[in-house]
Amino acid sequence: MPVETWLIFTLGFMIFGSIVALELKDILSSIIAIGVVGLGVSMSFLFLQAPDLAIVQFLFEIFALIILVRAFIGKENHQLEASPTNRILTVIGILAVLVLFIVSIPVFKLLPPFGEPLMNVSQHYLDAGATETGAANLVASVILDYRAYDTLGEVTVLFAAILGVFAILRSTAKHKAAGGSHE
Amino acid sequence: MNKTGMTLIVKTVTRITVWMILLYGFYIILHGHLTPGGGFGGGVILALALLNVLLAYGRDYTGKWLNIPLLEHVESASALLFLVVGFLGIVVAGSFLANFLSKGQLFAILSAGTIPLLNIIIGFKVAMSLFLVVWVLAGIKMSKGDAV
Repeated sequence: MPVETWLIFTLGFMIFGSIVALELKDILSSIIAIGVVGLGVSMSFLFLQAPDLAIVQFLFEIFALIILVRAFIGKENHQLEASPTNRILTVIGILAVLVLFIVSIPVFKLLPPFGEPLMNVSQHYLDAGATETGAANLVASVILDYRAYDTLGEVTVLFAAILGVFAILRSTAKHKAAGGSHE
Repeated sequence: MNKTGMTLIVKTVTRITVWMILLYGFYIILHGHLTPGGGFGGGVILALALLNVLLAYGRDYTGKWLNIPLLEHVESASALLFLVVGFLGIVVAGSFLANFLSKGQLFAILSAGTIPLLNIIIGFKVAMSLFLVVWVLAGIKMSKGDAV
């Protein structure tokens, strides 16, 4: 089967999973349904022959799932009541998406075939990546040699993120330990 | 044996498997330039292994088992080491983050110049960052039920 068939199958699986996650009453089941969506993303990366991305996506999915389960287990589930206003808003939302889809159909026809135009830069990476960097894994040669500056940016983002988490959460913990309440 | 955390079965299984998961994470990091994976994937595996201990044994025991301030220092130092490798590129080869080490044999474990070095640095960085975020989040005490 061509890769598009598998992609359509996994995308349908993901859409189904997200609808189930929205409609379920139990929050733990909802979190597991969200995990199905992430697994679908990982599988579609695998079908597109990107195992590096699939591994990272799969692991981060497990990581996020553990945090979500840990955070929401034993918590009460606050759901919006089904009121007439909510129903009208839902209908308006679905209509807006449909109109946007119909309007953008001519644009879809202009799109090139799937994975078709291989740019000069990518062609150069494929041809000369192994000899120029010595790395057998071309993805590693791109992210750590040709585009190492981007990776430095990612490391900086991670560093800033953990700095923010420590700055916010540590101060509240110290406040509570001291017995003083802020505002 | 401490009473916090999960049951004895979970603790025993975790005690055996955590080393295997750590080994697998190091394998993924060290072979990042040869096989799929690399620093990010391997780093997340290392973080998940430590998270496994945190879930099974509870926060107090993990705080005694691991040297948390050391992990914070490793986390900050790896961000700095990435910059050091970048500036060494300027000194040796003339441009920032240049691949200044010898390329070696293709498919050999010691090849690809600075790529394995940067992979190891990123692996430690990602592992420590993700684990410490969960560690700090687990320390918040909720108003009603307690955290880990």
